[in-house]
Amino acid sequence: MPELVHSTKVKSIPKVNDFVVKFANVNGSGSASANNMFAKAVFRMGIPVSPHNIFPSNIQGLPTWYEVRISEDSYLGRREGVDLMVAMNEQTIKEDIDAVVPGGYVLFDSSKSLNKELIRDDITYLPIPLKNICLKEFDRIAQRQLFKNIVYVGALAAFLNIDFKVLTGLVSDQFRGKEKLILPNIHALELGHQYASENFECPLPLQLRTSNKNKGKILIDGNTAVGLGCVYGGATIASWYPLTPSTSVVDAFSKYCKRLRIDPGSGKNKYSIVQAEDELAAIGIAIGAGWNGARAFTASSGPGVSLMQEFLGLAYFSEVPVVLFNIQRVGPSTGMPTRTQQGDLLSCAYASHGDTKQILLFPSTAKECFEFAADAFDISDRLQTPVIVMSDLELGMNEQVCDQLVWDDKRIYDKGKVLTAKELDEIEKFGRYQDVDSDGIPYRTYPGTHPNKGSYFTRGSSHDGNAAYTEDGDVYAEVMDRIALKFESALNYIPQPEISDIDKSRLGMIYLGTTTSAIQEVLDSLAKKGISLDTLRIKSFPFHKNIKEFIDSHILVYVIEQNRDAQLKSLLKIELNANEDQLHSILSYNGILITAQHIEREILESMPTLEATKDVPA
Amino acid sequence: MSYISKPKFQHPDLEENEIGLTRRDYEGTLTTLCGGCGHDSISAAIIQAAAEMSLEPHNVAKISGIGCSSKIPSYFLSKSHGFNSVHGRMPSVATGANLANKDLYYVGISGDGDSASIGLGQFCHIVRRRINMLYIVANNGTYGLTKGQLSATADLGSKTKSGEESLYDNIDMATLAIELGASFVARSFSGDKQQLIPLLQAGLTHKGFAFIDVISPCVTFNNTDFSTHGYKNTWENYISLSQVDFVPMRKEITTSYEPGKEKEITLHDGSVIHLHKTETNYDPYDKENALHHINQHKKKGEIATGLLYINQSASDLHELQDTVDKPFNRLNNHDLCPGNKVLRGINETFR
Repeated sequence: MPELVHSTKVKSIPKVNDFVVKFANVNGSGSASANNMFAKAVFRMGIPVSPHNIFPSNIQGLPTWYEVRISEDSYLGRREGVDLMVAMNEQTIKEDIDAVVPGGYVLFDSSKSLNKELIRDDITYLPIPLKNICLKEFDRIAQRQLFKNIVYVGALAAFLNIDFKVLTGLVSDQFRGKEKLILPNIHALELGHQYASENFECPLPLQLRTSNKNKGKILIDGNTAVGLGCVYGGATIASWYPLTPSTSVVDAFSKYCKRLRIDPGSGKNKYSIVQAEDELAAIGIAIGAGWNGARAFTASSGPGVSLMQEFLGLAYFSEVPVVLFNIQRVGPSTGMPTRTQQGDLLSCAYASHGDTKQILLFPSTAKECFEFAADAFDISDRLQTPVIVMSDLELGMNEQVCDQLVWDDKRIYDKGKVLTAKELDEIEKFGRYQDVDSDGIPYRTYPGTHPNKGSYFTRGSSHDGNAAYTEDGDVYAEVMDRIALKFESALNYIPQPEISDIDKSRLGMIYLGTTTSAIQEVLDSLAKKGISLDTLRIKSFPFHKNIKEFIDSHILVYVIEQNRDAQLKSLLKIELNANEDQLHSILSYNGILITAQHIEREILESMPTLEATKDVPA
Repeated sequence: MSYISKPKFQHPDLEENEIGLTRRDYEGTLTTLCGGCGHDSISAAIIQAAAEMSLEPHNVAKISGIGCSSKIPSYFLSKSHGFNSVHGRMPSVATGANLANKDLYYVGISGDGDSASIGLGQFCHIVRRRINMLYIVANNGTYGLTKGQLSATADLGSKTKSGEESLYDNIDMATLAIELGASFVARSFSGDKQQLIPLLQAGLTHKGFAFIDVISPCVTFNNTDFSTHGYKNTWENYISLSQVDFVPMRKEITTSYEPGKEKEITLHDGSVIHLHKTETNYDPYDKENALHHINQHKKKGEIATGLLYINQSASDLHELQDTVDKPFNRLNNHDLCPGNKVLRGINETFR
């Protein structure tokens, strides 16, 4: 319907390297790889890009979206509003078109005419007869369906000025080893490109320009980085139960082990992956391996982590290392399995019954997913306690631009206080839970180390310094106090918070994990309004004391997190005795990554209250 | 009795085994179970079995769940590492431990509550995974520590001490193990040391998943005339499908056996099990036959015991997964970390 284009006299806002493209598709229609190709093309043009996959818990038929933020300024969080919508899903086309900002664009399949009510007068329509083009050009039914996606990517290349060579390069990389698929894919790209070039004035005012911002950067998802981090961190055993959004952690570990963990001499495997019958068994296997001196992990999410509670208590009390990756999703219960949340902070910090506490690490980038995964094994072995790496669906399942991964070849795994047979011979008496070094961290032995020294009985029931069963309350309390001391010592081994200069402002922000993606954008935007804030990013739990100092040196600290109940704020109050009046929660819990716009709005709305606090002496 | 420490006295003439250890070296702490508990006989049988085999105690890892049965590992092999884990989850802990170090002997001790109820899922899956270990269920048909509730192995119609009758069919751990692919399945009775000890030895030596269901009466809560797991009923209805002798690899076979009723089973390390079949048509290599025999005896109210099923050529998990010979817990940085040069190459795949 060419008249739609010519009749629209819309004033389009020119935007270069700073806009949002959203793809609305039907799940299972083969759109994922085409959309990914688009994002990767932007990345290869040297422009910072962050794709966000907003997908259903479904294999085929339900709506799915792929939102690509392009930002020369490296704002890689989500941004509200869509500049260009690729509207490929009839079920959602109304809301998708409504989501486009005035002056924006809608690319749609014009093989079927657009319903009148969907026509807005403040946006530009880019009709492409995708279905008709594919019917004419391809014989096989599957190809006709699949290549619609590739054709619109080709059209986008013309509209947005994507270097066509970048796209053909991507196709060649993607189908390496399946060469006969390369030509039809390139043909489909060309068809789209040609149609757009011939029927529209290309490029649009909304366009891309090659940049140099991605030097030394990679585009990788957090779960892949975790899997790779486990390989580098020396994990040999992965036991798991499939659960979205954690599944791809073990997929990645498996993929890299098959390449990197085959013994060159024998061809045998230096790893084992066990798909367990449930999450209880998954963590039980990892704990059994940790007890016996091998590095083992499991990966799960809310429902699975709930099932692991009893075992986490056992590992805490009997002091067995184990690493758990919690790729958080929306709870409670089944919640929204394919949406993101930071909703497990409290339940993981004190996982299991009785007085417990767990070590938590909070990566905020894919690079940190790699680093914290490897570090988690050292920390867990050093402290002889579980370490839970708190990622989330947003970080785990979406690709993001981050610094390339680096490994220090001089690094030696820290297996912690493990006594060898020789060391056992040298000491007078071994006591498994004795605090020899006054740091709360006892010494342990692996089974089979020494013929008659160093054996002990591991138990989740109360025990004394020599691991013997006891019902003596004082002895029990002594062990509990020693474990509490161990968690004080933990602060020497877990990552420090990242703190900006703290005397810049009377206002502060505390946040962790994927919330970080919005922070720079908030700071820059508020700076333009004359408001400055100091920042503190938490990387681990238990909390370092300088977090309390940060809070105390500001009149008000925004605690920004992605859950309903302000769990991080609760933890700050419980652990650091932080003053409620000094903390102001900014929350987001709709299952989609928090945006800078949301945070900024909340901060600006709180300003009247803030004015009042100015009269209060600091 | 836990406040009484075990006397260290040792008889000067106590016999030493091939590695110079006496029976005392295989003992554990003093039992805290009730006097006459079947479980204590299991500890004693394990002590004797291990001592006779000259096992090095530190090369054994003992793993259990929760319950009276799961206390047993405290009462034998104090020079071995032990792990008393959580209720019903011993199989997963044993799986992980075994994966970490394939060179140790693993003895899992569980009970009928632990393995047939709360841990039934884990039991089924450890059988499927063919972990190289000896898995013992001390089966008394009751929950002892919580004072006598019926367990899932209690036979239909059997009664607790308080008179509660089991309304449900029981779970037979041995037939379950056979069906799920265990490569060594036996049943015995804590009161029959002569049968239990060679079975324990064969089970320890067997490569693959060895399971022994040991009827072990609870003297306090389930030893009445109408309980099928008590001493009286077990002795009266006890059918031994075969008498068992275990001959370790190192020992010369000197005994002679009656031809025809004799079956010789050679294990992977050259040790030999001699079966003196009391039922001539019994074939321990035949799964269907084994299940048939067990069920036939059950119909008559009898308990078929002995070595019920064996397959010496089954693979264990390490073989299935083709893992390296060196135990995982001895692999170091050099073995495991691909290094930065490889990582640079991996980075290139993400551009």
